[in-house]
Parts: sequence; C-alpha cells; structure tokens
Amino acid sequence: MTTDLSKAPEPTDSSGSTGSGGSISGAEILLEDVVKQYPGQKSPAVGSLSLTIPAGEIVMFVGPSGCGKTTSLKMINRLIEPTSGTIKIDGEDIRGKSETELRRKIGYVIQGGSLFPHMTVEKNIALVPKLLGWDKKRIDERVDELLDLVSLDPGRYRKRYPRELSGGQQQRVGVARGLAADPPVILMDEPFGAVDPITRQRLQDELLSIQRELRKTIVCVTHDIDEAIKLGDRILILQEGAQIAQYDTPEVVLGAPATEFVADFIGSGSSLKQLSLARVSEVELRKPTTATVGERVADVKQRAEAAGDRSVVVLDERGRPVGWPWLRQLKGDTVLEPTEDLVNIDLRSTLNDALDTMLSSSHGGAVVTGDRDQYLGVVVFDAVTEHIRSLEEEARD
Amino acid sequence: MTDLATAPASTVEQVDAPPGRKRRRLDRETTLMLVVPPILVVLAFIGYVVWRQNATLTGAELEQLKWSQVWSLIGQHARLTFVSSVLVVLVAVPLGIALTRGPIRKFSPFVVAFANAGQGAPSVGLIVLLAIWLGYGFWTAVISLTVYGLLPVLRNTITGLDGIDPTLVEAGRGLGMSSTAVLLRVELPLAVPVIMAGVRTALVLVVGTATLATFINGGGLGAILQTGISLFLPKLMVAGAVLVALLALLIEWLGRVLELVARPKGL
Repeated sequence: MTTDLSKAPEPTDSSGSTGSGGSISGAEILLEDVVKQYPGQKSPAVGSLSLTIPAGEIVMFVGPSGCGKTTSLKMINRLIEPTSGTIKIDGEDIRGKSETELRRKIGYVIQGGSLFPHMTVEKNIALVPKLLGWDKKRIDERVDELLDLVSLDPGRYRKRYPRELSGGQQQRVGVARGLAADPPVILMDEPFGAVDPITRQRLQDELLSIQRELRKTIVCVTHDIDEAIKLGDRILILQEGAQIAQYDTPEVVLGAPATEFVADFIGSGSSLKQLSLARVSEVELRKPTTATVGERVADVKQRAEAAGDRSVVVLDERGRPVGWPWLRQLKGDTVLEPTEDLVNIDLRSTLNDALDTMLSSSHGGAVVTGDRDQYLGVVVFDAVTEHIRSLEEEARD
Repeated sequence: MTDLATAPASTVEQVDAPPGRKRRRLDRETTLMLVVPPILVVLAFIGYVVWRQNATLTGAELEQLKWSQVWSLIGQHARLTFVSSVLVVLVAVPLGIALTRGPIRKFSPFVVAFANAGQGAPSVGLIVLLAIWLGYGFWTAVISLTVYGLLPVLRNTITGLDGIDPTLVEAGRGLGMSSTAVLLRVELPLAVPVIMAGVRTALVLVVGTATLATFINGGGLGAILQTGISLFLPKLMVAGAVLVALLALLIEWLGRVLELVARPKGL
C-alpha cells in the first residue's frame, strides 16, 4: 500500500492495473446478476444487475429516488447482502472474507461526512488505519498527508472536533477518512449532497484533482445529473429496480440518450451540459489577422483587408494578446496598445466559460491563450456549434 | 481572468472558513447548578451546626443527634445510595444495550413496563415485601433500592442508544468496525450524556428512598426521622429531614459533576 501521495502511487498487489503507466491504483469491480429482494416486497429493489466498473475510473450511479442506486452501492461493501448474484473486486468474490475485513479495504464516504462527533478530525481519519493495526508514527504521517490532500492545514485542524468545522470542511475530512488506508476502491454515497452549491463545486473539483493523482476506482451515488456529468468517467443511469437505462461515458449519454427515460432524466439542455464537458482545446480556432504593437497602421489595414478581416488582434512584443480592435478603430501612424482590457480565455477552459466570454464580446468570439498567455487564435460561435454537432453525431454512432 | 476551470482551489479557500472554535461547554444554567448547590448545602449545614450546638435537647434527641451517631448514619446512607446506584448502572446499562440489539429488541417495551411498575410501586411496600422474602438488613435494602432506581437508567440507556443518528452507526460499520467496536466506540460514547442524566435521576431517587431502609434495619438517616416520628419529637423530625435533604442535594450535585465529567468532548 502506498502512503506517499506526493508521488504517483505504485500499483499495489490488489490493483487491477491495466499497465497504463502503472498509475492506476484502483481495482476492477464486477457485478453479476446481482439481485436484492426484500421480504414482503413484490418487486425486487435491485433486479439482476450486471455491470463492470473499470479500474481507476469514476462511475456515477444516478437515477430517481428509490431506483436502487444506493442499495446497489451498499451491496459492494456488504452493508446490504445481495439475495443472489456475485460481486467481485479485482477478481475476488467479496464473500471470500469477513465483512469487516472487506470494508477496511474499501473507502466509504457518506453525505455530510458523517464524522463521529466525539472524535477529533485526527481520530476520525485514523480510524481505519488503527483498525488495520498501523503503528502510531505511520498513522500520524498519513493523517497529515491526507489533510494536505484535502486542502486542510494539518496544524490547524488535526485536533478539532467536527462541530468546529464548516460543512465543506467536514465533508473534506469525510473524504480523507475514506482514503485513509489507501483502499483501491472508494464508495461514495451522495458525498456532496449536504453542502451549498459553491462549496459543492469546489469539492467536486478537488475530488477530480485528487483522482487524477490517485486513480482509484470510485463508485459514487448521486441524484444530481450535473454532478454525474462533471465527475463521471462513466455514468450509470438506473430505472426502478436498478434496471440499467444506460451505462456509458457522459458524452454519449448526453449526445445519444439510449431511451426516452434517459432523455427525460437528463432533462432539457443536454447540449448546454455538453458545454461543460468540452474544452476550448477541442474546438478549431480561427486565425484572424494579427498586429504587433508599434507596427504601421497602413500595413496592418492592408493585410487585414486582403484576408477579408474587419478586425485585428493586437499582440504585444512577447506575443500576448492585448486588444481586438475593429479596423476603423485603428488610428494614427502606428498601432498603439489598446486602453481597454481584453478578456482572454485559456485553452483549457470549458466551452461553457468560453461562451460566457463570447456573449459579452462585440466580436462574437473570444481570444484564446495558451501557456504564459501566448496568443493561439480566436474561438467563434460557429466553431462551437459545429463542435457540439459533431459530438452528437459521434455519440449516435 | 476568465479561466475559472483551472483556478487553484486554494485561492478561494477562505470562503469556506471555519465557524470560530466554539468552546461553549458550560452554559449559564449548568454553571449555576454547579456552583449554587454546594454553597447552599454548606450554608445550611453551618446553620444546622449552630442550631445543634445551642438547642436544648432531651435525652432521646441527644442520643440520636450525637455527632458520632449522625456521621455514622450519614455514612450508612451514602453507602446505601452508592452501592445501589452502582448496581443500578451495572444492571440497567447492559440490559438497556441488550434491549436495543437485534432480536431481543422486541422485548424492550415489556421490560420498560416492568421497570415502570418497579418504580411505580410504593417504595415502602417494595422494601417491606422484599424484607419478608429476603430477610432484614443492608443488602435487602440495597436490592429494593436498586429495583427502584433501575427505570431511569434503563429507559435513558435505551433512549440514548436509539437516538443516535443511524448514519453514524452505518458509517462505523461501513468503515470496517465490528458491531462491538461500533457499540463501544461510537454508540455508547454518544449515548453517555443521556445515560448519565438517567444516572443522576436514579441517584436522587435512591438517596431519598434510602430513608426507608431504616424500617428493615438497613441503616441510614431514616433512623433519626423514625425515632422522631415514633416518639413525637419535632426537633428530631426536622433535624432528620434537613440532614436527608442536604445529603440529597449534595448527591444530586455530585451527579451533575459526574455527568459533566463523563460527557465526551466534542459533543
């Protein structure tokens, strides 16, 4: 088990590493014909669910309430015993060892953090390592490391009690507790359901960045389709009785909903949701005429007219865009540094952010920059709509 | 800057600032209840001593209110109270735990009803009946006081354990704690405040009822009252009542201190 999070974790014995650089520390989860039938109920809560959750991916279970998503999740760590069927983690049947032994190898993160109120942050996080019999020094180091990972200063927060933390901080500690023993698999049950939208968004971003580093297998239940789209490598959309309505990447689910149920569940504006998936880097950039500060205006105008452009992007001497004037705004002998601020977008921004900038620009586009604000080109509406169309077509194939 | 997607989370960390560390462990009422009773008890006892040294007492009164006699009666009374209370906890807490687990759970209404009856029955009756059955003496008194004080602790143990957020129990199980570990490290600590409130109630019940132990030769301050009543000596009656009341106040106060000390930090 790796405890040093600053390095990419080595694949552990229990990992289902697929050999992609050895960076995946997660394990594959396999569900085969899993059924959960509660006595006295007509229809099963989960009726024959078969599913492969690839190692190192985030899979989001979504669906309306009562669809069996939480039941399905809790069967993976045997908080709920399936009536029939097999669940395997990394090829091993989960009934092969005791419940407690199994659960110590599976991280568990619950809504609101569910921290034990009578234990300090440190003791909450150290719980599973202690159960596993780690020595004190190793546990101490691990607690510091994890608090760092979830952006809480260990010196400040170790000794605090949960009620001395904000909701978002409690949730962070909850995530740290789930990660404590470096389990290959982490189960999350509506992890960010109890925090305000701004905090939720930040926690989601943090989870993504933690996941980039750790590459665990994360199974996460949510009722929020937007959260599923944002976090999931794959989305499992469940219907009543845990019937799989669709199990695919967010792009495909959004672009080509398998059934009407899925389409309804995603709701309107699935194309808009696509925008927070796609990055500016995926879109073709236009290269309008550029000018450098200090150039002769006449030359610039000539070049622009030849190219059929009515505006030019002005760069400073180090290739950073500083303005985007119309030709008629270029006056005087040489190109001057424009006075108004130019709002650039980064190549890694989502199309959502790009559109936001584009809407407020008189050019119907936005200037795109790369590393160190180097000018790369311009993104325009046509390119974005074209990209969305191609995504949808791709998803339909 | 429009690049929100890659903005480092740390720059906005401050928005999620913690609510100031609250160290509000003692509110006004708790503080008052901790400070006032011992002062009252001491003042009242000084009053008693002054009265005792200056009052003209008859032979029987002097006999009963001799300092050696009074101290030994107080000692007996306290011993009755503590032994019974310890027994109450030893019986009621495990019983309460058992009654919140698995299949035995369905018996809990019956057991609570039984304990209710135990407390509802007139205490004199309970003591006398037990004495007929088990004979006179200290231990019979202790047993009847234990039966008498069982209910509040039993009921509060059950209430306290049932009142715990089930997601915390599930969190414990989900993290890989055995059910015993969850009970000892999560459920019981969280139920301690409620259980201790029951213990305090039991202490008060027992210390008052222990006055009756004297009827079956169980000892205690009841002796002064009994003599006072049977010989009609009002001074003895009042003195006995005052002493019992002071002891009860003191023990109630001890119960509060215990409650506070036992309460886990962070709650």
